[in-house]
Amino acid sequence: MQFGIFTVGDIAPDPTTGHTQSEAERISNLVRIGQRADEVGLDVFALGEHHNPPFIPSSPPTLLSTVAALTKQIILSTSITLMTTNDPVKIAEDYAMLQHMAKGRLDLMVGRGNTVPVYPWFGKDIRQGVALALENYNLLHRLWREDVVDWEGSFRTPLQGFTSTPRPLDDVPPFVWHGSIRTPEIAEQAAFYGNGYFANHILAPNFHFKPLVDFYRERFEHYGHGTSDQAIVGLGGQAFIAKRSQDAVKTFRPYFENYPVFRGSSLDDFMKSTPLSVGSPQEIIDKTLTFQDGFGDYQRQLFSVDSMGLPVEMALEQVELLGTEVVPVLRKEMAARRAPGVPDAPTHSSLITKKYGDGEPRQPRPNPNRGDNLSGTSPYQDSDPAVEARFPVAV
Amino acid sequence: MSITMPGPGIPTEISSPVRLVVVSAGVSEPSSTRLLADRTAQKVLDLLREAGTPATVGVVELGPLAVDIAQAIVSGFPGERLQDAINRLAEADALIASTPVYKAGISGLFKSFADVLDNDLLIAKPVILAATAGTARHAMVVDEQLRPLFAFLRAIPAPTSLFAAPEDWGGSALGERIDRAATELVLLLQSGVGRSIADSAWTGYQHQFNGNATRAERGADDVDFSTDLMRMAAGGINGPAVSEPRVGTA
Repeated sequence: MQFGIFTVGDIAPDPTTGHTQSEAERISNLVRIGQRADEVGLDVFALGEHHNPPFIPSSPPTLLSTVAALTKQIILSTSITLMTTNDPVKIAEDYAMLQHMAKGRLDLMVGRGNTVPVYPWFGKDIRQGVALALENYNLLHRLWREDVVDWEGSFRTPLQGFTSTPRPLDDVPPFVWHGSIRTPEIAEQAAFYGNGYFANHILAPNFHFKPLVDFYRERFEHYGHGTSDQAIVGLGGQAFIAKRSQDAVKTFRPYFENYPVFRGSSLDDFMKSTPLSVGSPQEIIDKTLTFQDGFGDYQRQLFSVDSMGLPVEMALEQVELLGTEVVPVLRKEMAARRAPGVPDAPTHSSLITKKYGDGEPRQPRPNPNRGDNLSGTSPYQDSDPAVEARFPVAV
Repeated sequence: MSITMPGPGIPTEISSPVRLVVVSAGVSEPSSTRLLADRTAQKVLDLLREAGTPATVGVVELGPLAVDIAQAIVSGFPGERLQDAINRLAEADALIASTPVYKAGISGLFKSFADVLDNDLLIAKPVILAATAGTARHAMVVDEQLRPLFAFLRAIPAPTSLFAAPEDWGGSALGERIDRAATELVLLLQSGVGRSIADSAWTGYQHQFNGNATRAERGADDVDFSTDLMRMAAGGINGPAVSEPRVGTA
């Protein structure tokens, strides 16, 4: 079971001081938060792509690359990478490069994005959002698994003889989670490929996402990847922790009540009827264990702990409390309750073992430049000679 | 007023007992908006009883749900009490929707309630539209505002709308209009047309997974895997150039 944090990198005024972090401050603070998560033994740090103020993560691979350089064991991920408005070719390239920089400590979560203007800003139509996400992922999946791709779809220029570089580290693509809160087609795609399915599990009633998680589990089994309880499920959540329960509520209340998304909502209602956990470490533990009761054994639990204008010292303290007081107990409790045969979430090393057993991973070496900035019809020295690049022909 | 009952051989897929639900946005006590709905509901019950059809009537008063409705608009999700009201609408066979007219329009409370309903909650359900106002000058509000709202929701409004200004309560004409609207509703119910429409055309409307509609897809057994999008989800390369969006933007 993996535990970690996910963030959308929002900037909001601290309601108790009026201080607003600059973009420069928030960016370097996010790096600090990622480092602290690593230091306290959390498993995952995920960053959510956005293209509009007051959110700063327009370029998750860039920021995550720095976190990769400054950390030792934590897995870097996204929450989410926009599969609709990005070119899937560029996603294949950027995240393969990041996977190399992170020495395999990378997976990613792909999703649609629900900020309407972002679509036209990138020349896309939100009404085609589901189709874009599905088609683009289908292409991404091939780009990471085939040295040479010929492809034609509805939303981007066709590809002939295209090789996405660099090839994934050890020729093992990053594991992919599909994030969705309401779309069975996305859960179906996750199930079809045997990828993970992630429900953000915030801002909605308790167990609101269970029907979609169950749908994914059932289809995962349908496609022969394992039994439904072996499907790879991730959940989000929101937490604010203090040693004493009443301190947690008192400290967190102004941040909650002043945050635009929650204006007009009651913190007490949200604590009762949604997955938001505010309280002592034991209260966070108890509530999180109800997730396992409701959704079944799952593989990844991410918490949002740095949003709503929390000053960085407070956010770092949250990461620390999560890593030292909450997660160690949850690891033990959830492992004890876990049914036999439930797998862990795939990691780079588990995927290497799965692909190569005890053998050496493939290390692609390109053929020489033949003088036209291409390496001929077979891009790598060990490429299957039967697979030839078909370059577009000038007429 | 009497109705001619369908003879033998005419399909009467009427469920038993018929569940009639009144939605009233009246807020005073007593409320003429609620009174208009109650008189109409009584007439519908009488006609159904004459036809030998057992029926129940429930009331959803929006006033006590006002805060829940406002919070659901902000949070995007109904609380428990509001969810109960939505469930009652989902299970209803027919509705009577009654609202006061404020500032030349239907009550904002009523519209806000409609705003939190799933688009497919009321598909092909027969509805009597009713409104009350302080002056007869607002008489068209019911047809100009409630009727398009229920058209959007793909409900089946009865041909006769009900409207009551203060002077209407003193005359017999209102009672005759109530009889007419109730007759229309009962005939719509007895024809089974609503259920037939839902049976035959359900997949053609916009739906959301695990929505509140009684026919909503709730699991793999309900989902249609033959759509273009589902084929793309299962690795298909060429999807539709233009696809029907699912409800919502996320």
